[in-house]
Amino acid sequence: MEAKRILLVMKNKPGVLNKISGLFQKRGINIENITAGEGYPEETVRMTITGFWDDYTLNQVIVQAEKLFDVEFIKSFSKESVLRELVLVKVQVDSKSRQELLQILDIYRGSVVDVGLESLIIEITGDIGKIDGFLKLVKNFNILEIARTGVSAMTRGLGV
Amino acid sequence: MKEITGAKIVLETLKYLGVKDIFGYPGGAVIPIYDALYDFEGLQHYMARHEQGAVHSADGYARTKKVPGVCLATSGPGATNLVTGIMTAHMDSIPLLVITGQVSTSFLGKDSFQESDIIGITSPITKNNYLVRDIFQLPDILKEAYILSKHGRPGPVLVDIPKNIQEQKIDYDKFKNLLEKDIKKINKFKSLYEENEILEFQKLFNSSKKPVLVVGGGVLNGDCVKEVREFVERTKIPVVSTLMGLGIFNKDDEKYFGMIGMHGLVEANRAVDECDLLICVGMRFDDRIVGDKSKFSPNSKKIHIEIDRAEINKNILVDLPIVGDAKDILKQTLELDLKDDFETWSESFKREDVTDEKDLNQISTLNMLNEILDERYIVVTDVGQHQMFTAQHLDIKKPFQFCTSGGAGTMGYGLPAAIGAKVANPDKKVIAILGDGGFQMNQQELILLAQYNLPVKVLIFNNGALGMVKQWQELFNNKRYSSVILDINPDFVKLANAHYVEGEKIENIHNLKRLKDILEDDNPYLVDIQMSYEHNVYPIIPAGKSFEHTIGGE
Ligand SMILES: Cc1ncc(C[n+]2csc(CCOP(=O)(O)OP(=O)(O)O)c2C)c(N)n1
Repeated sequence: MEAKRILLVMKNKPGVLNKISGLFQKRGINIENITAGEGYPEETVRMTITGFWDDYTLNQVIVQAEKLFDVEFIKSFSKESVLRELVLVKVQVDSKSRQELLQILDIYRGSVVDVGLESLIIEITGDIGKIDGFLKLVKNFNILEIARTGVSAMTRGLGV
Repeated sequence: MKEITGAKIVLETLKYLGVKDIFGYPGGAVIPIYDALYDFEGLQHYMARHEQGAVHSADGYARTKKVPGVCLATSGPGATNLVTGIMTAHMDSIPLLVITGQVSTSFLGKDSFQESDIIGITSPITKNNYLVRDIFQLPDILKEAYILSKHGRPGPVLVDIPKNIQEQKIDYDKFKNLLEKDIKKINKFKSLYEENEILEFQKLFNSSKKPVLVVGGGVLNGDCVKEVREFVERTKIPVVSTLMGLGIFNKDDEKYFGMIGMHGLVEANRAVDECDLLICVGMRFDDRIVGDKSKFSPNSKKIHIEIDRAEINKNILVDLPIVGDAKDILKQTLELDLKDDFETWSESFKREDVTDEKDLNQISTLNMLNEILDERYIVVTDVGQHQMFTAQHLDIKKPFQFCTSGGAGTMGYGLPAAIGAKVANPDKKVIAILGDGGFQMNQQELILLAQYNLPVKVLIFNNGALGMVKQWQELFNNKRYSSVILDINPDFVKLANAHYVEGEKIENIHNLKRLKDILEDDNPYLVDIQMSYEHNVYPIIPAGKSFEHTIGGE
């Protein structure tokens, strides 16, 4: 099944995230990842929720969430939307692997955000394909930690 | 400077909203509200003996008076005792304003004495819930909660108020301004249908040969009984009802064929099974109605008129959803040019006549009640066989005359709900039909009949068993009657007496006539009607099966 993504704008109140996660929990629907942060205007929270759902489930998520009192806006993203994820990877390196890693990073236009004697933290942002491709390559190194933010999305053009 | 406490704000706001009666039970975290109630004028408080009693009473009140029911409980165990009642109201879309006390804000999240995360616990079973953190928001939240509970598709809303907020004081004039300020308009549950859908309705209707109308609880909530009745009169199509829709039509209505579903009448279920167009208003295709999805009304196009968009295609895929206020939509359909030549199709359903019963049993008792009951009565049931017997055999004359826990099937509902119904309708005669099992789940509420002089008549259909479960074990578990025989029950009449309520036993069919006098009398009364546990409710369609698997009876 393909990944589906929804945009959800809620009033920024304590407990709203709980109400959303409860909605999924009650129906046994899995969330692949969820990103949330202050929206615009500021009194809202904007979330992008990703899951591998069939069309029926996607529709249920949308109409059920829409009923929640604090939900102000909800829609599903089309495939053409802009999708971005940020990933931090901490890698153990020696002088040889450090060079190789920096070359790969250059091709993927990532950056180094922390340099240690035996480690690097690198950062990469991009769409899913780019991130997957990059992670596949760095898996050959000695990875210590990976932190992914989950996908954040926005519709192209003037519309929301 | 005149000041007002949070506790008093709660009461003043309720009064401002038009609330007259509240059901509740005190405790540490609501002492300030109870203190304010002590000499408050304009609100009558009914003290339940268990919080579950309070919330079911508020529910019975709401169902029969068409206004939100209000209940109040303390934090922790008081609040969690409400959960079953909140869920019961949620499943049947009943408006409730539930107020709970909470530990003071500085104790929140510390596993303090009698703290429970009632917001977290009730999130899935409320339309919304609020933890009040700022006294200046209290009037707004209460107003919003009250209005939200009855807005669009009704349901329960909970407001959790920490004790320090109840004790806090603010300037009275400031409160007055907050009270009279309009709240932001609630804009969920919008009408989304378009004109072409009404035209599509006409097209489907006029090309159908065998249409059937299904009415559900949404018709009562949506206040469109008049419109559906007019629709049937105009078009002469057969009409059937869900459990929640009972009372919209009655036995005298020629085109009405009764309740559908697991215990639906055969003719009603047959109509749904054979029709080529199924028009559903304010119902949600509960599995107790649908059974086997792939075989539910297999040859029909389906039209679903419903205020809650989330119900569309949730359980059954429909051909034409019309989302919006059912009253508006029906009014529009009444302006269309619609066919009305369904006489032969309707006539193919002949209603079964109720057989003459020689035994004292559920059916003979209900037959007797049919001779007595008129529009002055409200009937409340508990859950089990007696409930389904009542739904099948009692001739409910009017909307809002029947009150039962449908979606949740909550045992213990009947007695407290009847209390709520009586408080809401002092000029009506309220009878509660209960099983001997379910009565014992909230029997402590009997004392309210004496305390508040509520002349509710409690009829126990005493079959010495958890009848409905026994029936399932009999039919589907090789008669292995595991934990369903109540071979020892309390002496119910003595139990009533201990609660200052008179009562008697009826042990044979001839004494059933006694019911006439008992029901006419104006005192609370309990009647323990002895029945054999042999009687099962038929027809029954086994869970998950379809019409063709109907089991007809002994
Ligand atoms: C709170 C609760 N617990 C358990 C059940 C399961 N249940 C459904 S019907 C029933 C039997 C009810 O027995 P009784 O009240 O004696 O009524 P009868 O079926 O005999 O008329 C039971 C146990 C329920 N519906 N609600």
